Amino acid sequence: MSLDMPKFSDLDALYSTDDAKVGTSMYEDPELFKVEMEKIFRRTWVWVGHESEFPDKGSFKLSNVGLEPVIVVRDRKGTIHVMVNRCRHRAATVCEVKKGKTSSFQCPYHGWGYGLDGSLRALPYPEQYGDDFNKEQHGLQRLRTEIYNGMVFATFNEEVEPLVDFLAGAKKWIDLFMKQGGGFPVKVLGEHQFSVPMNWKVQLENTTDAYHFPVVHKSFMQSLDGQTEEMFEFLETGKGFVEDLGNGHSVMVMIPELVDLDENLDAPIPDRFQELAQELRDEGYPDDQVRKIVRAVGGAGFNLNLFPNVACSMAFFRVLTPKSVTQTDIRHLALGMESGPASANRMRLRLHEHFQGPMGFGSPDDAEVWERVQRGTVGGGELPILVNRGMVDEQQGVDGPRGHISAETGMRAAYHMWKRMMSA
Amino acid sequence: MNELSKIDTATLLQDVSQFLWQEADILDRKDYDAWLALWLTDGFYTLPIDDTQDFDNTLNLCHDNDKMRRDRIERFQRGFSISSAPPADTIRTVSRFVIDKAEGDVVVRSAEHLIENKFGRQRVWAANLTHTLVRTDQGFRIRHKVARLLNSAGMLNSFSYLF
Repeated sequence: MSLDMPKFSDLDALYSTDDAKVGTSMYEDPELFKVEMEKIFRRTWVWVGHESEFPDKGSFKLSNVGLEPVIVVRDRKGTIHVMVNRCRHRAATVCEVKKGKTSSFQCPYHGWGYGLDGSLRALPYPEQYGDDFNKEQHGLQRLRTEIYNGMVFATFNEEVEPLVDFLAGAKKWIDLFMKQGGGFPVKVLGEHQFSVPMNWKVQLENTTDAYHFPVVHKSFMQSLDGQTEEMFEFLETGKGFVEDLGNGHSVMVMIPELVDLDENLDAPIPDRFQELAQELRDEGYPDDQVRKIVRAVGGAGFNLNLFPNVACSMAFFRVLTPKSVTQTDIRHLALGMESGPASANRMRLRLHEHFQGPMGFGSPDDAEVWERVQRGTVGGGELPILVNRGMVDEQQGVDGPRGHISAETGMRAAYHMWKRMMSA
Repeated sequence: MNELSKIDTATLLQDVSQFLWQEADILDRKDYDAWLALWLTDGFYTLPIDDTQDFDNTLNLCHDNDKMRRDRIERFQRGFSISSAPPADTIRTVSRFVIDKAEGDVVVRSAEHLIENKFGRQRVWAANLTHTLVRTDQGFRIRHKVARLLNSAGMLNSFSYLF
């Protein structure tokens, strides 16, 4: 397949920067999808896991980089490796256990054995390959792997910039997000997984879309106490903003008071956390620590959208995995406090279940409207999709353009990066 | 086993089957007020993800106490949730009853097969159910219901109904 098909030479028709219009074929064209997988998902940093998912030597988890299945594993020295889940002999997957602990990976077909760093350790009857068979050249295919504040990213692109440079303006927001450990390291507590018949970019847009919240999530809002409902009425108060952080990343600040969870520790404890605060006091936590934990327990007041596949969304990680041009898998990873109070982690689990996942009060409604987008694009193929909201009063922010809380600034940031990568 | 206990066991199985079929029918008809009435106030409705019994300290698909059950039903009924207005239609069967505990609270395991239909697309789900039932003057009431989906730890879709 040629990746420079003339069809996609006119990227302006797919995303026109000046008026922020997206072509319908962006959600529908299988040929375009193939090019995206090559030019974006094989060439930039893709999120594959969080360090807390690999607590011990030999801890592993299956993940994906674009369409390609990978194994993420911590070796004996503590280094995390990411490698393609494919035996170098005849391509069988070497692991079909979703997560666990192991000392090696063995191909079930002919018994080739690989170490935790992917190196080929042994194979039955090697003589038939001759004396010059080099095991060092037959390890599992390894990806370049780098970590920032617990977030593990991998890429097939050996030439790509270091992860810290790619994350650019997003780094400080990652640091702020991790403060929801409440003084403890952030730990993945579990995950919800659901697949939606939609293009991956429909999801990429959504995490930076505050405009939909009061409409799609009205039924979630109705299930909250008055004080919490007020907190989620960020469109009404309009105190927040969306800012382009460069390289396709963006942040949407919904609740400015909850941007830095180490600040305002003297603020009154919200009603919904009073019971937890008392429980913590009863367990013997000093008042300042109780305040810190309770303030962190509901998560941060912003969504950080990282191009192309992960978001730090208030209190969880949202991960997207493209499956086909019209199918995307979504994972919502619940976060908690490593070695923190069980009562606080229980509260975080219940808050996560309340909104997220297949049975949540939020995600099913999100999934419905995302699918409705995909169904809608079947008609009126010549009509553009509009992501121009809020261009009218966009200002320069700290790292890039900053717009109203309901502006589509974050989507424009993502499409700008999309275009940059697709034209490379 | 003497004749009397055989009869007792057969009667219990009949009573339990009748109750679970009644619940299945209520859920397919989405007669949720009737469903709420089947519960004890301190009961839990749980869809676990992992192979665990420690639901409190583990992430579940849902782990509803009385308030969450009522909020969930209200969400279905008020019409503001796009995924449940309209919801998928469902047809389910519950069978393969095994009574694990007959004295005191009754613990019964069963298999649930459910087919949903929305947008002209049908999806099939299967779950192992475990009901902990309490005998009351009004018949059985549910203390705990655990619905463990066959692929609970895998990739699912979103649900606009109950299992």
